Amino acid sequence: MRDARAARVRDGWASILLAAALLGAWELYADFGGVEEDLLPAPHAVAAALWSNGGLVWRNFTVTAEQVVLGLALALASGFALAVAIHLFPLLRRAVYPLAVGSQAVPIPVIGVLLVFWWGFGIFPKLVVIALICFFPIVVTTVDGLAAVDPEQPKLLRTLDASRWQAFRFAELPAALPAALSGARIALAVGVIGAFIAETSTPTSEAYSGLGREIMTDAGGFQTPRAYAATAVLFAFAVACFYALALAERKLVPWNARARGETR
Amino acid sequence: MPTELQSRLQPQPRRVAVGAEIVLEHVSRTYRGRGGAEVKALEQVSLRAASGELLAVVGPSGCGKSTLLELLCGLQSADGGSIACAPAVLMPQRDLLLPWLSALDNAALALRIAGLSRVRARRRAAVLFAELGLDGFEQAHPHELSGGMRQRVAFLRTLLSGKPVLCLDEPFGALDAITRAEMQEWLGGTLAREPRTVVLVTHDVEEAILLADRVAVLSPRPGRVTAQLEVELERPRARTDPEVIALREQALAALVMGGQR
Repeated sequence: MRDARAARVRDGWASILLAAALLGAWELYADFGGVEEDLLPAPHAVAAALWSNGGLVWRNFTVTAEQVVLGLALALASGFALAVAIHLFPLLRRAVYPLAVGSQAVPIPVIGVLLVFWWGFGIFPKLVVIALICFFPIVVTTVDGLAAVDPEQPKLLRTLDASRWQAFRFAELPAALPAALSGARIALAVGVIGAFIAETSTPTSEAYSGLGREIMTDAGGFQTPRAYAATAVLFAFAVACFYALALAERKLVPWNARARGETR
Repeated sequence: MPTELQSRLQPQPRRVAVGAEIVLEHVSRTYRGRGGAEVKALEQVSLRAASGELLAVVGPSGCGKSTLLELLCGLQSADGGSIACAPAVLMPQRDLLLPWLSALDNAALALRIAGLSRVRARRRAAVLFAELGLDGFEQAHPHELSGGMRQRVAFLRTLLSGKPVLCLDEPFGALDAITRAEMQEWLGGTLAREPRTVVLVTHDVEEAILLADRVAVLSPRPGRVTAQLEVELERPRARTDPEVIALREQALAALVMGGQR
């Protein structure tokens, strides 16, 4: 136990030191590297922009954070349901997989306006965009997880008189949970940029339209430090979400060796 | 621990519901292997076990022993011959315990499948846990259990299915020698308390002699019965008993003969 805690503290210091070193290098480059502030603001300028625009950035952040969380939830629910359907009905695999792969190639701006035409200027079309970007890794990992059950397991369950549904409920479904959560991690990594794409490709009627829109406006309007400040917030949010998910994984699938060991 | 277990699991006369016997007559099984070639797993196999008897099947690897168990459990059907067997349950070679369930819940799996609530299934499994010397391990998860304990839990899961015939596929094959000896003793004591008709597949001739009422020796593929030995010795049997040694040598000789054919 003590060793684990010591290792965690050591790992924490390592990541803080690395981040500090990178920030220092950035600061030096921005101050003395002959690069214009509109192109690359120094960290201190970004921090100052964040400090003086705190209220604006915070309100836009809450809009984006809500979209990311709900969009990921939608992606998880639909991805998991699709994976289960593909697993139970092998015919669906052949029919659905090409479409699912193809959907990942669709540039969102092409359909953004259509989604708004269907569902209005509110949050829902943005959730659909995020889910569309995030659902694929969840489907792939969950389908593999469902199929990875020991081939002897169905035989055992059949001699215990388990129905197809019971074999699914008692063996396959829990076995697929770690894989589904791995998919959720990958989804999360693209979920934040998904929110950026969602905001910039679907018009909105809200007063605060999210960090993505703010970044686009600021970057085009020579407010580069503020754009970087908003980006830093997105960065920190993605990291926080990732560790929140790792924590949830340890609670949900404590039997999984990876959840037990690696995600300290 | 073995001596304590032995005293708690004193052999009792074997009782089991009538109609739990097994009769195989001239059973053959051929399946299509990789590359489409036909593989003859079993040929003209005739075996029988009366209610409450333990039939051990020994043979070299790949002699169709696992196929035989799957036929008895109804997981495959024979191409020829006839099989009469009461409902049978399989205990596969690997324990296949579900890692997210506690030992107690793993043992109670068959009860959950039969429709009992979690609470009632646990209560019934807990009784057997205590009786068979597993008390204290109810809440342990499979990864916290030793190999021997995992096999005990897997055996309990098999027992709690309530079926009269148990098909054990090399249950102790992966255990070290000391644990295996302990487990053989435990299995003998457990079956004395909870009589069932048992088909025990093993490659360990000594294990077969120690536990079985009858030992059938199978030849390499295609599996054929080359010898059947009656073991009419008192239980529990000691591996140093001259009669056990004599039977063991007899079975080994039959095994070697079958291999040379």
